[in-house]
Amino acid sequence: MGDMVKGNVAMGEAAIRAGMHMYAGYPITPSTEIMEYLSWRAPQEDRVFIQAESEMAAMKMVYGAAATGARVLTASSGLGISCKQEGVSYMNMAQYPGVMINVVRYGDGLGSLMSGQTDYLREVKGAGNGDARMIVLSPSSVQEAYDLVYEAFDISQKYKSLVMILTEGGLGQMMEECEYSEMKTVPFASWGYTGDRSKDEYRPMGMGADVYAHALEMAAKRVTIKEEMQRWESGFLDDAEYVMLGYGLPGRAIKSYVKARRAEGEKIGYIRPISLWPFPEKAFKGINPGVKGFISVETSDDGGMVEDVALYGKKYGSGFEKVPVYGLFCPPGIPTLRFIGEKFEDIKSGKMKEVF
Amino acid sequence: MAKMKYPEQIVANIPFCPGCGHGIIVRLMVECVNELGYSDKIVMHQAVGCCSLVGLGLDWEMLVGAHGGGGANATGLKRMLKDTALVIAYQGDGDAYNIGLAETLNAAYRNENITVIAVNNTNFGMTGGQMSWTTLPGQRTTTSVDGRDSKTSGMPIKVPELIANSFDTAYVARGTVTSPAEIRKTKGFIKQGLQNQIDGKGHSLIEILSPCPTNWHSNPITDSLDRIEKELIPFYYPIGELKVKGE
Repeated sequence: MGDMVKGNVAMGEAAIRAGMHMYAGYPITPSTEIMEYLSWRAPQEDRVFIQAESEMAAMKMVYGAAATGARVLTASSGLGISCKQEGVSYMNMAQYPGVMINVVRYGDGLGSLMSGQTDYLREVKGAGNGDARMIVLSPSSVQEAYDLVYEAFDISQKYKSLVMILTEGGLGQMMEECEYSEMKTVPFASWGYTGDRSKDEYRPMGMGADVYAHALEMAAKRVTIKEEMQRWESGFLDDAEYVMLGYGLPGRAIKSYVKARRAEGEKIGYIRPISLWPFPEKAFKGINPGVKGFISVETSDDGGMVEDVALYGKKYGSGFEKVPVYGLFCPPGIPTLRFIGEKFEDIKSGKMKEVF
Repeated sequence: MAKMKYPEQIVANIPFCPGCGHGIIVRLMVECVNELGYSDKIVMHQAVGCCSLVGLGLDWEMLVGAHGGGGANATGLKRMLKDTALVIAYQGDGDAYNIGLAETLNAAYRNENITVIAVNNTNFGMTGGQMSWTTLPGQRTTTSVDGRDSKTSGMPIKVPELIANSFDTAYVARGTVTSPAEIRKTKGFIKQGLQNQIDGKGHSLIEILSPCPTNWHSNPITDSLDRIEKELIPFYYPIGELKVKGE
């Protein structure tokens, strides 16, 4: 059994144990504890910690460090990640591995200090200018947050892609039992800059001279990621009349809700996507062909993931083309079981209309 | 005809405009790095703007830098490479002093152990000659067609003086490339900036006043160099060492 650990601290320790070489960041609630923790923990393990002058600069430092083949991390919340988009796009262009953590706070602009999932569309649908995508993984417990950060560095190196851990203020701030894994010591990747231009293994800078070849390479990489990186947890799908979908803490809430209602005989199932890009479309296989509705449960004004639920759930040939997709959108915070239950009754009674 | 001699790291013609100072400065940088014994231990942050052209002919490891991000990109590189390689941030005035002012100042503020070469040609050259923060009052550019109006756009910025007077850095100097004598002095500044990095002394900034005949709409040989010597140096941008730590 692990100790009681705060989500943000667990993610910081996961990075250390995964062999992270460098962290650069800027303070912002509710992700600051990651930075505070690494400010003393990283030097303890002979890793580099930099408090940058801004979110933008932090991401550019990460980009510079990543060029040397180092394992790099930055973390922020909502608007802080907005500031980082330029650097994110440069990382994509160069195909440098790196891990980012977004401990989302609810809302646009300055946002609020409440937990939320309002950054879904930015993280999942884009990554700065250009066509790039990040691999986006979302935990629903402190242990899963630890495990995903720990693994994210390997995934990132394998696919030469940024990995975004998309979590919520609620999870970053809460304490749960968490078991730590072994400490890894990882050398810098061999393709990294050393200052010696004549070495064989060398990551070309930028897009290279052949933009066409770069485009094809990026497209092929994303096909591979879509095939190999879909992750989800699901239950009770084969006879479900309604399927709830939720990620992160709402994902955890719907799982509890579905289990409780199943015990009462309600035919309801759940899918908790763990990878948001690629979206786990494979999860829709095995759902009861007679399903009456998909319900996207999100802490959001009017939904982000609901679009993907419709896109992938109702795509041509799935057999679910006519199945309505509902949005069960919770205002800031984490949806309670009572809230989910009330809205679910509204959906069943026809009081709530479908989104798609 | 005599064969032109240049360092082997320059593998192709770098297509700077006729009369541009960048070509001289690139060569000086390469010579300094080679003479210091770091020819296979050098990484350059390649800025957005005319500086980005060096990638077409200079065979160094180069990071395609974010616009103005030199201070931060080079920080990331140097903190990882430590003393195994030199890191140069090669930037123009628009890049380092306009969009990158925050990163430039903050890298100096932290006294990062990097060498910044900032080429000041008093305009945004690559995009066709727009006003930059170093543009002189009254100077015509494509975004100050009647001449820079300092009442609404500010006076020319002097980042080297700002850093020299405000931050605890190793070295600040300003040179130019208007004559063989000035080129030799400028090479000395660059070399000192790199030596400081080797010695772990911290941040060095070398600003270099460079002609931009294309966007100054002036004769490359005479008018452009005259402008630097008669307008830029005496009235706005004095040359020489502005700060040597410990002196």
